[in-house]
Amino acid sequence: MATDTSPRTMFEKIWSRHQVLERPDGQTLLYVDCHLVHDGSAPAFQNLAGRGVKVRAPGRTFATPDHYVLTSTRDVAEIPDPERRAMVEQLTENTRMAGIKLFGLDDPQQGIVHVVGPEAGLSQPGQLLVCGDSHTSTHGAVGALAFGIGSSEVAHVLATQTLWQRKPKTLRIEIDGTLAPGVTGKDVILAIIAHIGADGATGHVIEYAGSAIRGLSMEARLTLCNMSIEAGGRAGMVAPDDKTYDYLAGRPYAPKAADWDTAVARWRQLPSDADAVFDRHVRMNGAEIEPMVTWGTSPENALPISGAVPDPDAETNPERRDSLRRALDYMGLAPGTRLEDVPIDRVFIGSCTNSRIEDLRAAASVAAGRKVAAGITAWVVPGSGLIKRQAEAEGLDRIFIAAGFDWRQAGCSTCLGTNGEIVAPGQRCASTSNRNFVGRQGPGARTHLMSPAMAAAAAVTGRLADVRKLEALA
Amino acid sequence: MTPFVSLQAAGLPIAQPNFDTDQVIPGRFLSRPRELGLAECLFHDVRRAPDGTMRRDFAFNIAAFQSAQIVVAEKNFGCGSSRENAVWALHDAGFCAAIAPSFGDIFRNNCIKNGMLPVVLPAEVVTGLIARLQSAPGGEISIDLPSQTVHLPDGSTHGFEIDPFAKHCLLNGVDEMAFTLSQVDQIIAFENRYGRENI
Repeated sequence: MATDTSPRTMFEKIWSRHQVLERPDGQTLLYVDCHLVHDGSAPAFQNLAGRGVKVRAPGRTFATPDHYVLTSTRDVAEIPDPERRAMVEQLTENTRMAGIKLFGLDDPQQGIVHVVGPEAGLSQPGQLLVCGDSHTSTHGAVGALAFGIGSSEVAHVLATQTLWQRKPKTLRIEIDGTLAPGVTGKDVILAIIAHIGADGATGHVIEYAGSAIRGLSMEARLTLCNMSIEAGGRAGMVAPDDKTYDYLAGRPYAPKAADWDTAVARWRQLPSDADAVFDRHVRMNGAEIEPMVTWGTSPENALPISGAVPDPDAETNPERRDSLRRALDYMGLAPGTRLEDVPIDRVFIGSCTNSRIEDLRAAASVAAGRKVAAGITAWVVPGSGLIKRQAEAEGLDRIFIAAGFDWRQAGCSTCLGTNGEIVAPGQRCASTSNRNFVGRQGPGARTHLMSPAMAAAAAVTGRLADVRKLEALA
Repeated sequence: MTPFVSLQAAGLPIAQPNFDTDQVIPGRFLSRPRELGLAECLFHDVRRAPDGTMRRDFAFNIAAFQSAQIVVAEKNFGCGSSRENAVWALHDAGFCAAIAPSFGDIFRNNCIKNGMLPVVLPAEVVTGLIARLQSAPGGEISIDLPSQTVHLPDGSTHGFEIDPFAKHCLLNGVDEMAFTLSQVDQIIAFENRYGRENI
């Protein structure tokens, strides 16, 4: 249909294809292909009911409970807090009334919404996908334009299957080179955020490109795009390629037979044209990235594990110095402490960032034949019921349990503790999740973000640890 | 939704960059029904010391700031989680506007959906304003949306940008849904030409 032959970015191709109308002031009404909802959506359904408006396209809406479910049980009745139990129950009721497909707690496809979407083949290249959760940027890994929205916007999408947006700017982050052994998608995104800052991509859609990105598996691309929001990015995306198509082929909601061939032919047109213009560029050398850990209270506070806690007194900018002091005070860390000398109390392997099968395999390979250090509580929370099943078929659960990890059911869990599964005040948690914010994992909880292998290394050593040294000993 | 036209009120200084929505309202309060009011959840954990006492170094705990209706924060205010509860908690505690050098994108959108005005001013202006509010608590800020201007306690006046559609919604106290539903013919036309190929 398009006759314009000027070079376009992947983002522009997807954006223009979804324009329903554009106002003279530049606001654009975009059509939503796929809307994912979770158990935090009760206020949006309530908003709709209050207006007497029905869900416009239940066939494009898919739901799963994740934020409020317990990872110790699949029985909703066992959720002790009545308000949290109500959030899960209302999702069941609201989806039933509206005719929306629900992957409920009795369904092995239930899980964290950003794990379920790609796994079911709901997230597809070229789509516009939204969800009332900031980590919706995850789905950009398949070559979709995917972003998080607030509750009022969820209600708007339920009612109209559209969303008003002003066109964001584009940022191309190119990472070339070969990643060193022990360096994962998590380390790449932490290195990017440390480099550009927690607001480095605000107002922008990021396209990740370069040989290091093309070399990443789909799981690693999902991790990468997931944390785009931690750099302020509206969305993050990776051009689809054969890895993407291999990943999607045969998934329940992926196109089938002749439709599959048609879809792949269309998807092959999506990557940015060679001369497409981006508003900004960032380049990094993938070969220089080391395994990363965070030391502060923003994801931008990340350093290679070989580093040391920064010294606020060495900071010349007074605001930055205050900010550093505040972060170190909360984290209970002294300036100059080597990161490898920081003892931990808890380990959380899970979340929409790092709970996929490849993540669990990486953690299990470190845990195998080792024991969780004395006094440490270590959890593994698979991203979905299907991942749990697959991990069990591969024997990963037995490795974790033999090492002293707690092997749990799927859900968001201790990433944000909305279900009550929190880290105690003052405790230090090595976590594969996405946010080390003040109070994120519980009041007074101290979070260090890292990859699954690094979190497993922390579990077996009892401190922040360089997984590369551990593997050398094995 | 209450229209936002103009406001003269005290500012609450938050002298921190990247003040995320987890700090505005912690996750464990997100299941609390809106009808119960969220004012007491606002800044719940960051305003308290580990022993539960109120921190003297958090401005919201100081009497002179308790009638504030305008948050004044450093860059990237409202980053992180998309929780609209952050705006609801601010609203329930009497806040109607926020001033910062930049906002988290989702938070800024959530503000507009709830009649709260996000004002972007240059970083040096905001830093100066925060310092003045800290040294002279209770200083009033005037915001006029029709003229898109802010008048600060030091006597200076600054213009600000706002999306025309957002301005319309705020001035009239309406959200977008009614307007979008009035455009349903265009949505149907799009669905028909879009066909089945993207399902």
